[in-house]
Amino acid sequence: MRGLTVTDPGPSSTIQDTGRAGYAALGVGRSGAADGPAAALANRLVANPPGAAVVESTLGGVHVRAHGRVTVAVTGAPCPLTVAVPDASSVHGAAMNTVLHLADGATLRLGRPTRGLRSYLALRGGIDVPPVLGSRSTDLLAGLGPPALAPGTWLPAGPPPAAFPRLDSAPVPEVPDGSITLRAVLGPRCAWFTHEAHASLRESGFTVTPRSNRIGLRLDGPELPRARGGELPSEGMMPGSLQVPPGGEPVLFLADHPVTGGYPVLAVVHSADLPRAAQAPPGCRLRFRIIEPASAEGAVRALPRPR
Amino acid sequence: MQILPCGDRGLLVELDTLQEVLNLHAALRADPPPGLSELVPAARTVLLRLDPTQCDPAGAERHLRRLNPGSVAAPGQSKAPLVEIPVVYDGPDLPDAARLLGMSERDLVAAHTAAGWTVAFCGFAPGFGYLVSDDPRFQVPRRGESRTAVPPGSVALAGEFSGVYPRSSPGGWQLIGTTELEVWNLDRDPPGLLRPGVHVRFREEA
Repeated sequence: MRGLTVTDPGPSSTIQDTGRAGYAALGVGRSGAADGPAAALANRLVANPPGAAVVESTLGGVHVRAHGRVTVAVTGAPCPLTVAVPDASSVHGAAMNTVLHLADGATLRLGRPTRGLRSYLALRGGIDVPPVLGSRSTDLLAGLGPPALAPGTWLPAGPPPAAFPRLDSAPVPEVPDGSITLRAVLGPRCAWFTHEAHASLRESGFTVTPRSNRIGLRLDGPELPRARGGELPSEGMMPGSLQVPPGGEPVLFLADHPVTGGYPVLAVVHSADLPRAAQAPPGCRLRFRIIEPASAEGAVRALPRPR
Repeated sequence: MQILPCGDRGLLVELDTLQEVLNLHAALRADPPPGLSELVPAARTVLLRLDPTQCDPAGAERHLRRLNPGSVAAPGQSKAPLVEIPVVYDGPDLPDAARLLGMSERDLVAAHTAAGWTVAFCGFAPGFGYLVSDDPRFQVPRRGESRTAVPPGSVALAGEFSGVYPRSSPGGWQLIGTTELEVWNLDRDPPGLLRPGVHVRFREEA
């Protein structure tokens, strides 16, 4: 059987696809690749359907060994790649965003990303682990899906798709580093916050803290004071929601966010900007550009996705 | 009904009562706006998540304003399935919950089993249903201190709600009993027994 054995999972690696749609009313979130376009590109390079399961590696560090001849591609946060043949007689570098053929017994190592946070490793045929509720995504919050990668995890390749890789490499937008600006729509609970909070959101920067994960980016920044007291009955959350707990440290929700939450949401980041948010490493500076809800849809068409 | 913006792909509808939430949820399921991908009902809100490929928040908003939720049978009168939950009323918070409700432990058990319950919405964890009853006496504050691990199958009360913990998790609800019934099982389709609109009766097990 062809596939990859994980020899080192790195700091945090999981299996992800396009997520679990349609179960929100049962309290199950979407999950899926945090940087969806990067995962889709990895699949496209090896001619997989866009929803095939891939490895999402946070801060790189993943080492795998090929069983049988396999075809792979690595996209997302750029990291140094090393391929070694079985007897280690040859060790050479490899390029991101290209089609890589690994001989039986060859190893592929992902180093630490030079920018960004999450890299994606696609395997031709997809990673064929059993789906849970229609998806192979690991939801860290709900505890659903395959376990996180560990030393010895076997990643079986599914049947190869009919199509063959048509590109050797793909041009990619640059992965953000240092500081990024995200478009956001105010609401649904912007009325819960003072003018001062609104001004801070528009004018100040926020820093991504190391307590961030697939559930959300925890942000350090100016206080966002509330204009009113009281508590909010729990309500449905969107990915991109900027939820503000009373103690400060707002959370920008990513792929594994809770389906419902009880703290007011000041603004929601535009869906086209979320993949960039998911690439923001700890220490990255975030700024928000407030756009009108009515123009939100037009903004998708009018703007090339700024990376 | 107030419609609040929720990014470029969401609309949050705020209502005055849980019954209005149940009515709107039923109406949206019967007559969904174009491009609707998911509905997330909650205590006073319904979130509409729209499909990114055909999303039209303005169109969905017009659809919402045209809907007449009163015309759709509310879940309370509909032919939603009934789930019977056998409970051993041995929870560690039964005495506290009874005291907070101003009744004896036996009266609490009698009221809990006599009431008709309906799953209003899910959240907190996969398969955790928030159940509301036709008995207005059920109003219990959460525990002052949250437990770090509530055992799976715990039957609990908080606010106007009753619930069953699908798996071990932290929790601050008042634990009044336990059930052997598996309310969440990934090998079943659908995996959760307690889906919005489902009716529930609790039955006392010796």
